[in-house]
Amino acid sequence: MAGGGSFAPPALCRKPREAAISHSPSAIVTHSSSSPAPAVSFVNVSRHFGEVKAVDGVSLDINDGEFFSLLGPSGSGKTTCLRLVAGFEQPTAGSIQLHGEEVANLPPYERDVNTVFQDYALFPHMTVGENVAYGLMIKKVPKPERDKRLGEMLELVRLPGLAGRRPSQLSGGQRQRVALARALINHPRVLLLDEPLGALDLKLRQQMQIELKAIQRQVRITFVFVTHDQEEALTMSDRLAVFNLGKIEQIGSPAEVYEHPATAFVAGFVGVSNLIRGEIAQAITGSAQTFSIRPEKIQLRDLGQPVSGDEYSVEGRIRDVIYLGMHTRYLVELSGGSDLTVVEQNLRTTSMDVLAARGRAVRLVWQKAHVRPVGN
Amino acid sequence: MATSSPTRKSLWHRLSTFFYLRPGLTLAAMLAAPLLWLGVVYVGSLFALLLQSFFRLDDFTGQVVRRFTLYTYSQLFTAANIDIMIRTSGMAAAVTLACALVAFPVAYYMARHAEGRAKAALYLAVLLPLWSSYLVRVYAWKLILAKEGIVSWFISQLRLDWALDRILQLPVIGGPSLSVSMLGMWLVFVYVWLPYMILPIQAALERVPQSLIDASGDLGARPAETFRKVILPLAFPGVVAGSIFTFSLTLGDFIIPGTIGNSSYFLGQAVLSHQGTAGNVPMAAALTAVPMVIMAVYLIIAKKLGAFEAL
Ligand SMILES: Nc1ncnc2c1ncn2[C@@H]1O[C@H](COP(=O)(O)OP(=O)(O)OP(=O)(O)O)[C@@H](O)[C@H]1O
Ligand SMILES: [Mg+2]
Repeated sequence: MAGGGSFAPPALCRKPREAAISHSPSAIVTHSSSSPAPAVSFVNVSRHFGEVKAVDGVSLDINDGEFFSLLGPSGSGKTTCLRLVAGFEQPTAGSIQLHGEEVANLPPYERDVNTVFQDYALFPHMTVGENVAYGLMIKKVPKPERDKRLGEMLELVRLPGLAGRRPSQLSGGQRQRVALARALINHPRVLLLDEPLGALDLKLRQQMQIELKAIQRQVRITFVFVTHDQEEALTMSDRLAVFNLGKIEQIGSPAEVYEHPATAFVAGFVGVSNLIRGEIAQAITGSAQTFSIRPEKIQLRDLGQPVSGDEYSVEGRIRDVIYLGMHTRYLVELSGGSDLTVVEQNLRTTSMDVLAARGRAVRLVWQKAHVRPVGN
Repeated sequence: MATSSPTRKSLWHRLSTFFYLRPGLTLAAMLAAPLLWLGVVYVGSLFALLLQSFFRLDDFTGQVVRRFTLYTYSQLFTAANIDIMIRTSGMAAAVTLACALVAFPVAYYMARHAEGRAKAALYLAVLLPLWSSYLVRVYAWKLILAKEGIVSWFISQLRLDWALDRILQLPVIGGPSLSVSMLGMWLVFVYVWLPYMILPIQAALERVPQSLIDASGDLGARPAETFRKVILPLAFPGVVAGSIFTFSLTLGDFIIPGTIGNSSYFLGQAVLSHQGTAGNVPMAAALTAVPMVIMAVYLIIAKKLGAFEAL
């Protein structure tokens, strides 16, 4: 039940897909072939605000029915991308297509897309029921039908009986569900979610992650999910795009992005990575090519212990020990002066043991296969 | 520092702690002066005034008879007085309506579009007239609207004198010239009270987050629908607040009707003449109760319409 927040990438990931960065626009325009057009397609899309390049030459395809995350640090252009899809922003350059249809000049109210806003944006002067049924009311759906769908929707987000309340009388988690129901009731073809769980506490967030995922499987709508939480992106997505400074650094499944970070930025942002470059890299691998190694892949051994042929090793001194209950994080200072982070599970060790390791000289060993060369 | 002056510090400390632990007492201490002002000077004098309305003026002696009676109120509902009430309320309603219609677009632009210097300039433009004397502005308008004034001149330059004449011939709102007509009075009222309508509407609109407007469009509403279903209901408390100002200020004003109007009386003038010229303070007090009752009814209707639900 509470497994939603586990750190490892989900074992259940879809069959490998080709990286969806499309370099030639022609690949998208031809949708006469048998494969359906992508739900959302960006071709070289830019959105500049004066000097600020909020989105800068982004190309990506999001498949129909996919749970796709936009992951990136604050200010990397995720929200702007979402607003471009919703129609609140117009691209400075490039083309945006929804299900093969160019939407450049389509206002938000004519796009078959709905948004769950970061601040939920519930109408304070309406009840929960009026909020959720707002889209149907605008479409002039008859009242009986509206009420029926409202009931179903409140059931789906597990808020039955709250239709008469005001948004101000709800908790944060309940508001989040109302916002979700208000968007889903219109059966959009694409649902956009802008950090919908950002305002919730950890426990509730993990529960909502599971529920969101379950709802997505049930309604089979394409979800485009914005988050700056890499753990959330890894656990929930079918595929994700990692953003930095308005550009996409990598697109892939959680396992691909985690195991094979394409750039130094991705290696550092998705999970924790040790980046080793220059002379130290030369000393370890015999090449100055920068590489990354995950902290959990490194073993701590005593100085004298042997190293096998398929392993790399380097010596260092434990500079700091951070005891985290389930596991321990060691900061190991290498002779070159840089630090490596090592994480070990506390299988047999106690806090006393690990804390006593501070200052000890150790040998760090890892499998050659776990080393990822990264570009800069 | 901590030990240098233990007695003084501990006294100060004790006092702070004393009040910190008794929030009710702190509140009372802070509110005592303003509450005294509000209770005694403000409400108290109003109460004293209303008390007067239950006395009567002895017609022979010209003295106020200090005994409870509803005689003065019964005198209130003469045909002439009812005329005055209807005229004043009608003007207040017309002024409020016009103020709301003119103020809303201005306030909307100020709140949702203007930025930086343009916004500051707009604020200044709205507030600047309030810094000059109200009396001077009313007299200025008297000249502007006069038969030989700039408005007439401008209209005759446009060769539209006939239209103005036609309008001035209309029964209730017309008159010999704009400066002695209900129409002119209405224009001046709208002008002087406009800032009191713009500012609350602007404040209300400013508090509507952009994301609500985005959300409405996202859910399929065209801009006009978004305006009706989201922006207007959320700005409505501001409109009501503004209309309380414009309505009650018009109800009580006696300078503009005295300066711009024809000779027909308004409530404020009636109060003035009863109280000053005739010395009939009970009657003046009873007349003062009229706008209070009208405002109370107005607010009850506004509440029924759901004006305060979004607060
Ligand atoms: N309307 C705007 N005018 C000017 N600059 C803007 C505007 N909207 C966004 N930006 C800038 O564009 C960049 C990207 O913003 P965006 O909101 O897309 O970031 P984000 O990835 O969603 O960040 P966060 O995680 O903090 O929400 C930022 O530098 C931001 O300051
Ligand atoms: Mg954002």
